[in-house]
Amino acid sequence: MPYDIEDMKNNTPILTIKNVVKHFDISGGLLDQLKFKNGRIVREKTTVKAVNDVSLTINKGETLSVVGESGCGKSTLARVVMGLYPPNAGEIYYKEDRIDQLTHKEMLPFRKKMQMIFQDPYASLNPRKTVKQTLEEPLRFHNPKMTRAAIHDKIMSVMKQVGVDPAWSSRYPHEFSGGQRQRISIARALILDPDLIVADEPVSALDVSIQAQILNLLMDAGRDRGLTYLFITHDLSVVEHISTRVAVMYLGTLCELAKTEDLFATPAHPYTRALLSAIPRVGETRPKNIKLKGEVPTPVNLPTGCVFHGRCVYADARCKNEVPKLLKLDTGTFVACHAVEEKRNMD
Amino acid sequence: MSHLLEVQDLKVKFALRFGDLTAIDGISFTLDKGERLGIVGESGAGKSVTGFAIINLLSKPGFIAEGKVLFNGKDISTLPGREMRRLRGNRISMIFQDPMMTLNPVFTIGTQMVETLKAHRNITTREAEKIALEKLRKVHIPSPEKRLDQYPHEFSGGMRQRIIIAISLLNDPAIIIADEPTTALDVTIQAEIMDLLQELCQEEEMGLILITHDLGVVSQVTEKIAVMYAGKIIETGDTQTVVNSPSHPYTQGLIKSLPGALKTGERLYQIPGMMPNLTAIPPGCAFNPRCHLKEEICVKDLPLLKRTEKGIMAACHMI
Repeated sequence: MPYDIEDMKNNTPILTIKNVVKHFDISGGLLDQLKFKNGRIVREKTTVKAVNDVSLTINKGETLSVVGESGCGKSTLARVVMGLYPPNAGEIYYKEDRIDQLTHKEMLPFRKKMQMIFQDPYASLNPRKTVKQTLEEPLRFHNPKMTRAAIHDKIMSVMKQVGVDPAWSSRYPHEFSGGQRQRISIARALILDPDLIVADEPVSALDVSIQAQILNLLMDAGRDRGLTYLFITHDLSVVEHISTRVAVMYLGTLCELAKTEDLFATPAHPYTRALLSAIPRVGETRPKNIKLKGEVPTPVNLPTGCVFHGRCVYADARCKNEVPKLLKLDTGTFVACHAVEEKRNMD
Repeated sequence: MSHLLEVQDLKVKFALRFGDLTAIDGISFTLDKGERLGIVGESGAGKSVTGFAIINLLSKPGFIAEGKVLFNGKDISTLPGREMRRLRGNRISMIFQDPMMTLNPVFTIGTQMVETLKAHRNITTREAEKIALEKLRKVHIPSPEKRLDQYPHEFSGGMRQRIIIAISLLNDPAIIIADEPTTALDVTIQAEIMDLLQELCQEEEMGLILITHDLGVVSQVTEKIAVMYAGKIIETGDTQTVVNSPSHPYTQGLIKSLPGALKTGERLYQIPGMMPNLTAIPPGCAFNPRCHLKEEICVKDLPLLKRTEKGIMAACHMI
């Protein structure tokens, strides 16, 4: 968030993701894998290539948003970062420590530092636990020596901070509205005093007026506690409002990474341009959106070369054959596109 | 001149154990040929129920308690089921939010389209297929001949929504009611579907009722807007006037709370509290507990829709 832009000059990475790859095997049992091809039976595996060779750093105190359409791998990336899915390849560092190959026990101290908020506040809270039970579980688990009184005080203070009346701590999730539940989820994430919060679409399930309340809460908590956010969302107006930097993903690949102002003022990648032009804005009549041709290919059979070439109007033979590398522009924006690199005419 | 659709003082109630619950409390609006009306509001405001009430598709225990729905000057809210079925999907079509739920997964889309046509017209399968192809072309589905034999799971979300639009167009309806048609879709697809709906309204002179919570979509697609809160229309008028200079404090709050209008990182405006439960609507103006302009009269008297100097209608004592 922008109040930390001064801090950003130090650029101390809190999280570094290097060439992370995550594929899911969906081929099923042996019999499902057998296929009849050219007169013989062959065994073939089907994999969903959710995240392909993504590298990022998140600096202390910033809010990095990852945007993209459904199926682009943004949520998978969040879960890989949190250690919920082991990556197939690549490295993840928390500050200087590599965390992607740790055992469960070795991972514990890092789990305290990294917490997650999920999209659906109806599914992410245990319906059979009261708010207090939900909040005290992580405290007890990570701080076995903490006294009862200290736990109680901590719960009360965090509940107050997220705007849920501490008097309601013995109530169950179904007694709260969607917005209140999301506040409780945020309280659960904050209770261990983490440094990094990974928020996966935290406001997408909420109504507009409630969404504003939750975004304010997240921004306030970020400011007061000096939090770093990895924010996963598809809502570009939210992204524009809260992020320091934005990473745009398409089909498991990072296509652009830029400071928020730069990305919204001068998007470089053709996909980013199309995405930005599609945002419906209040007070504009005629949508002048850039139309993309074709449809999103499946992540099972990735296109060769640039994953976006089939839908890109500027694509040529090189795009079909060669995977574009992330390239740093003069503005500091990173973009993976041959057309930008070759300065093809894109107006 | 009579309107294509005129809803007069419509009240929808749900008969529950502890008494009737009023979901829609006396709303009125009109829709003309080729006009695009947006109904916006938050969850529970009654916007979807309005859509269902127009085509009388309220499931029990919901019922229309009062009011009229005039289609071409004729009241359709009291039509018997049989006659209503002749209108539904024929003269008035509805598009729902989730394209996977509305298509039957075990039939090809061709079968489903032919079935819809045959239900309303006395035609052969071959004739019906021809019409189906024409409509699929109209919604820009590539190689429709091949697509007719495919099942819903073979299409992407955006394509499915196009097919649903094609199905709703089959009998050249006069009105399409679209209930959150793009909420389940990505922004780029949403933009395409909205372009398509707008294009169809202009070409076919169809009336469109777009029900959504997304103020951005409404402001881009519609000419007229009705903002609902707790079962009532609290502000209605020309879309651009309403979104650019809203009169009702609730609409003002909604528009101000959208991220995008402010500078990055600034605190968003927030309307305190949340929409009241329909069982406990406060007396007077339903918005009064959340309103910063609240005065004594707001708690006592129900505000009625009044014309403001901007030429729009708003229900607020303070205007």
